[in-house]
Amino acid sequence: MAGHRRVQVSNVGDVTVVRFVDRKILDEANIQELGQELFQLIEEDHRKNLLLNFSSVEFLSSAALGKLITLDKKVKAHRGKLKLSNIRPEIYEVFAITKLNKLFDIKDDEADALAVF
Amino acid sequence: MSHPVWSWTFERVIPSKVGAHQSIVEEILDRLEQEQWSTHDVFSVRMALEEALCNAIKHGNRLDHEKKVAICGKMSPSRLWIRVSDEGAGFRPEHVPDCTDPANIERPCGRGIMLMRCYMNRVEYNEAGNVVEMEKERAGSVEPV
Repeated sequence: MAGHRRVQVSNVGDVTVVRFVDRKILDEANIQELGQELFQLIEEDHRKNLLLNFSSVEFLSSAALGKLITLDKKVKAHRGKLKLSNIRPEIYEVFAITKLNKLFDIKDDEADALAVF
Repeated sequence: MSHPVWSWTFERVIPSKVGAHQSIVEEILDRLEQEQWSTHDVFSVRMALEEALCNAIKHGNRLDHEKKVAICGKMSPSRLWIRVSDEGAGFRPEHVPDCTDPANIERPCGRGIMLMRCYMNRVEYNEAGNVVEMEKERAGSVEPV
């Protein structure tokens, strides 16, 4: 497994928990790299169940949302599950405005999310 | 309608290069924070600037180093006005698919303009679609826009 620069990865049972290194996910080059690291977890490391913990994320742009949507498609194509947790209110508002709160399964915290895989 | 007293005006020209807009974005947000605009207002302006400037650099000028992006604006105690211009061919905002439509919800693109409209009080494109003007009214402000 290659090293990661944009995410920190740990395992809880058969769930891969991903935390973001960047507090503000907006730099185009970083978003590209983030996408590659997330896609690699599914396509190369063959992890099926992903939990993205957003506790450190203070801002994200629409380009980052695009990567999450593509990740969701890849997880579904590999018959896995993707869940999001620990999203602070101002970030949740971004998901709500774009109605992506309907696309993604968003839980309050890691424990809630891990309980429903 | 009263005329706002602009306490700060700015004008910058930046290259069509990924990330070239970050320093002016931070400068504007620093000003808002100095003037004690709310955290949500600062978040809103960051979102609108990020989306408008990325659109201008990537989709407008298509990262063409020969083309520039101009950003100018002015700030009063209760209002921020910004104009972003690129040298691209422009586009028709009404032709951008509604990304909240269930048929489009899985499209990875097309959310930037929607976010700009939600987070700013006014967003208007020129007819060609290569200049966008945006205004943000400070939360709790009583000054009419």
